[in-house]
This record gives sequence, C-alpha cells and structure tokens, in this order.
Amino acid sequence: MAARPTKAMAKAKAKATDADAPAPTMDSLLATKEIVVACGPGGVGKTTTAAASALMAAVNHGSKVLVLTVDPAKRLANALGLDGIGNTEHKVPASAFKAAGVKPRGELWAAMLDTKESWDSLIGHHAPDEQTRDEILANPLYQNISGRFIQSHDYIAMERLYEIHLSAEYDLIVVDTPPTRNALDFLDAPERLADFFSSRLLRWLIVPYRSKLVNVATKPFYQISDRILGTEFMSDISEFFILFQTMYDGFVERSKAVGRLLSDRRTTFVVVSTLEATPLREAEFFAEQLTARKLHLGAIVLNKVLPDYLQGRAGAKVAEAMKDRAEDLAAELAPVVGAGDAALGDPAQIARVLTEVADSYLNFQVVALREMEERATLAVTPDVLATAPFFDTDIYDLKGLLRLGEQIWE
Amino acid sequence: MAADPLTPLLDRKLVFVTGKGGTGKTTVASALALLATSRGKKVLICEIDAKGELAGYYEAPPTGFKEKEVQPNLFAMTMDTEASLREYLKLQLRIPIVGRIGPVAKAFDFLATAAPGVREILTVGKLCFEVRDKDWDMVVVDAPASGHIVGQLAAPQAVNGLVKVGLIRTQTDWMLEMLSDPVITGLLAVCTPEEMPVTETIELAVRVREQTTVQLAGVVVNRVLPELFGRQEEAVFDALAAPGPLTALDELVDGDAAPVLDAARLAVTMRRTRTTHLERLRAGIDPTVPLLYLPFLFTRSHGLRTTRQVAESLGEELGY
Repeated sequence: MAARPTKAMAKAKAKATDADAPAPTMDSLLATKEIVVACGPGGVGKTTTAAASALMAAVNHGSKVLVLTVDPAKRLANALGLDGIGNTEHKVPASAFKAAGVKPRGELWAAMLDTKESWDSLIGHHAPDEQTRDEILANPLYQNISGRFIQSHDYIAMERLYEIHLSAEYDLIVVDTPPTRNALDFLDAPERLADFFSSRLLRWLIVPYRSKLVNVATKPFYQISDRILGTEFMSDISEFFILFQTMYDGFVERSKAVGRLLSDRRTTFVVVSTLEATPLREAEFFAEQLTARKLHLGAIVLNKVLPDYLQGRAGAKVAEAMKDRAEDLAAELAPVVGAGDAALGDPAQIARVLTEVADSYLNFQVVALREMEERATLAVTPDVLATAPFFDTDIYDLKGLLRLGEQIWE
Repeated sequence: MAADPLTPLLDRKLVFVTGKGGTGKTTVASALALLATSRGKKVLICEIDAKGELAGYYEAPPTGFKEKEVQPNLFAMTMDTEASLREYLKLQLRIPIVGRIGPVAKAFDFLATAAPGVREILTVGKLCFEVRDKDWDMVVVDAPASGHIVGQLAAPQAVNGLVKVGLIRTQTDWMLEMLSDPVITGLLAVCTPEEMPVTETIELAVRVREQTTVQLAGVVVNRVLPELFGRQEEAVFDALAAPGPLTALDELVDGDAAPVLDAARLAVTMRRTRTTHLERLRAGIDPTVPLLYLPFLFTRSHGLRTTRQVAESLGEELGY
C-alpha cells in the first residue's frame, strides 16, 4: 500500500539520484551502512521503525544485525527476547522467527540501554584505579547525574553505540535514540561533554575549595555560588570533579571519538515522523540540522499514514450521496440487506448506518487531505522517503514488525 | 492517601501538564488555560521546553521570558533559566549584577550542568514565585514530557538532599511546601489510547507518587475516536458490505462505495484496539484520579480554533 508520491517527492527523488543508478531504498541503505541512527520526535513509532528495519536487514541481507533500543514497549521487548533489564545483548530466538513464518538469512540481536549501568561501566573503564572508581560511584552527585537526570541519557546512548561498534561484533547496528528534550541533544552530547571537561570554569571548580586562589575573575563566581548553594555543596561539587579529573583525558578523547563515529561515512540517520503537523515540522527541522552538520540523512520514514482511498473526490461524492439520500437509499436497499436476516432490513436502521459511515469517511478525509498537504510541503530531500500505513492493530511481535518493515523496505 | 475529595482542576493555582511526546500535551495545556480564562480567571501559561510553539496555539507572535497577553486575561511566557537566575539574584538576593550578568551567567550555566538540579530549581522556582507573589488566579505549565517531569518536580527534594545550607536551601523549603499542597498544585498527565502512551502514563503515576510530593490531579485521554455503531447496527453494516447489497449501493449512488465502507471498518477497528488500552489505563490508575476524555478532532489544522474546540470539550468533561 505504498503511498502515491506527490510531484514534490518525485522531484526530490530525481534530484537525489543519478540518472542511471537505481533509486536508493531502505533495502540498499541498510545493505551499505554499518550504523543506522533512528531519530525524530516522540510518539511517532521510532522504536518500532528501528526494530522493523533491523529485522528486515537480518531477514534479507544475511548479516548479523543488532538493534539497540532505549525504551521499548513491553510486548515488543518480549518479542525481541529482552525480558529482563540490563545491557546484555540477546540473540532473537529462532522460535520467534518460526512463529512469524520467516527464515532469516542473517541474525538479529537486540539490546536495551540501561543508562545507570552504562554510566557505571564507563566510569569503570576510565577510572585509574578501583578506589577512585568506587569513590565516584558512591558520590551523591554522580548518582544524581547518572540516575535521576535524564539529560545523561543523551550522551550514554551514543557512548554505548560506540562501545558496541568497537566490539566489531555486528555488520549493522540500528540504534533507537532516547526521547530528548530537544531532538538534537544527543548529537551535541559528545561535544558538550568534551567542552565541559576541557572548560576553564571546571578548573575553577576543582581548585580545592578551601585553598583556592581567589582572583578578580573568579571572585564574583565564588561569592555568588557560596551564597546560593552553600559552601558545603560547593565543596561537594569540587570534590566530585577532583575525582573526575583523573578521567578527563579519557573522557574527552572518548567523546570526541563518539562524535567522529556519528559523522563517519558508514553511519546514516533515519528520521522518523508521522504526517501530523507538529511532529513533521520537528522532524524537518531535525533533518535540516543533520544536513547542516554534514551528517548523512539516509531516509525519512513516515509512519501511520492514512490509506489513499480516503483522499479521492470520488469517494467524497459517494459519501455525500449516502448522507444526503440516506432514507431513500435505505428504502431501496432494505430488501437486499435484509434478504438473509429480516431483522437487518429495517430501513431506519440502514439509514442511520449509511449516515454514520458517510460521516466517518468525510471526517477521516479531512485528516487524510491535511496529511497529504503536509507531505507535499516537506522541504528536505533524503535519499529515501518511505511511508508506512496506519496499522489497525499494535505491533508487538516479529510478524507485526515484518508487516511494517515490508512497507518501508523498497 | 487522604480521603479528602480532590480539589477541582480549575481551582488549583499551579497545574503542570505533562505527557508522552506526540499525545497533545501543549494542545491540552493551552486549552486548559483558555478554559480557565473563560471561567473568569487571570491565567499565566508557561512553556518550559522552549520550542516556541505555544504562541501558535493562540495565533500570537512568539513569546519570551517576560509574559505577554495572548488572549484576553491570558498571558504566555517561555522559560529561560538564565533570565530566571538573573531575576532571582536581583529580586530575592538583591545582588545587583545586571550589567555584569554575562560571565557570571555563563559560570552558572556551567554550574547548572555540573550540579544537577540547579536548572530544574530555577525553573520550578520561577513558577512558584509567580504563584506566590503575583496576582494570577492560575498558572498553567506546559511542562517537560513524561520522561523528564519527575526529575523536574523532584528537584527541590533532590537539592534539599544535596544542599544542607545556603539560600537555595531556604528557597526549596517553601517551594516544596507549595508543590506538596494538593489544594494549590496538581499534575495533569496527557495520553492517547495507544499502547506506549498508556503504559508510560501508568508508570508515570507510580513514579510521581513515589518520587515527588505533587498530586496527580487527572489524566486527559486525548484523541478518543467516536463509536460508530452499536451491536445491531454493526450487523446491519456487515450485511450492507456483503457483495449483493454493496453492488446495489454502488448503482444507487453511481460510484464506488467500497472505499467509504472500508474507511468505516478501519475506524471501527482503530476504536476497538484503543478500547483495550483505555481499559488498561482505567485499571492502572488510582480510581480517585479522574480520567477526562477528549475526542479525536477531525479538523484542518492546529491553531486557535483547535485550542478553542479542545477547551470546550475539556470544559464539558469537567462539568462546566
């Protein structure tokens, strides 16, 4: 049920493709890239799209594929064999494929992101010795940063991606991005972290708090922070960063490497959206930003697109006739409708059904036309523009993922 | 929990509106504020995640930190933690650093990144300050999405745990008192009758109860699809969609009626899938928390007209 392309889309596609080369598809994109980052606004089916893409690649390409999800729906997590929590990578069992009626040419692996565990392991990785590691892990500030405050998701997701990439275990890694306050946060996170650790201000903080050299530049800073936050808290902070200092170089280097991986040629971004105005504008902005940062915008996937049959003027005319002439039509139809069961042949009831059905069609047409309009005005041109229809049931197993995957594949 | 009846939503002075991304959080927040003004209240609405979209819900030009009247008696502002800090230093601490805010603010921006909770405190603090010291009847907050709201609302406690002395400590005490008072403050969660939004809302309710002192004042179920038929009518529909009657209908209307019937079938299936999620939501949320149902809007676009329609539906659900 691939959506009818609009003129603007056809043009966009033509521009993005060489005259001779076949038009790129999700199929060709996932066959050539090593890392796919699925991103976009919340509530548009990002996780499902990431899982469906990874599944299709495992089924069709004979490669070893990992999908790294952040917060999958429980039933979907179960379908992927992610019953527990934690960072471990699981192979999706053969039985799940069998139940879905497919024989994969490759392997599908799945992992969930456990923010706290990832931070802890990162600290373990960078800490110079066990004592420093334990002191950091026990520090209340660290526990707050790693656990409670969600901005730390942004960095750790990319860091974990990097770690898995370094393990060289997979042909393709599809990563789902965390719901960030701002869709771009996770892109900036590595650089922000690097900036943070190399900042002069941090050096002010980590001058042992009691013995710091107060100069003209830093004096107001200390005065105000003491007054607001209290000396004790300030010295907690400084202690924390003194501990952290031992890991600066490692951290800075690492976050730069994560940043480089995102802009590597082998990495591509898939922006997921629906055709509702607000998410689509956000997705569009996001796609523009990717391009501005010279990151590869591989595809835009539009989910939950209403069926084409809702768009035509012909359908609307039929619906209007059904509504306007409901009683006449019902009278004519009553004998045919009630032929099998006389109880169904009540003209008044048939008229009501005709009116309801027609109203519903006309209502949904308003939404479908609005969506078509939104799609026509889409201002970015990815290599691939894929659409998936509105599914009438939730997607919670491999079968459902395949149904979605096949829609966006070619 | 106390057996006292819940304070009606519109009688609270500080209402945070949250929800999973894509559920219509901003639409509901802007409609709630509009509804409150239509009940004669003077309202401030504050957008926390500065995406600059809120003003569009009232057909108004973009807003800033200083509130602007976007509809009669309805003022909108956008949160800006740096501006909030500046105001705080000036009004609360009487530190006159207006001219030199640049480097100090930068230092604080840095500190806010380093010391968790500082940014959240500046946000919540500004809102509490507006409630306590200004003449608003109600402050509506287009709050962070459900993944972030608990960190926001729990910030005063978190900071209280970390900071033992200092001015912040004194400030968080009265802020906590205000947030903990269910007559003054409430949280409104927005969801849609779909799997993830429902699951997230149920989890949110638990985390709000366990980790914050703010009361969940209600759950808005947005985009509820209409029920097309009753049981008997559905049997009639099925009979109508059988080949014989359908051909007859095609001839009578001189066109292809199948797409129209397909659309109805899609609408019925969509509504059904959603019903099971609605049941799960009702079962998963404390029965004392009201669920407010808003219909799916078959409208052309977003804007003041949509905001007004949602405000009317919300008013009906609240019994006005």
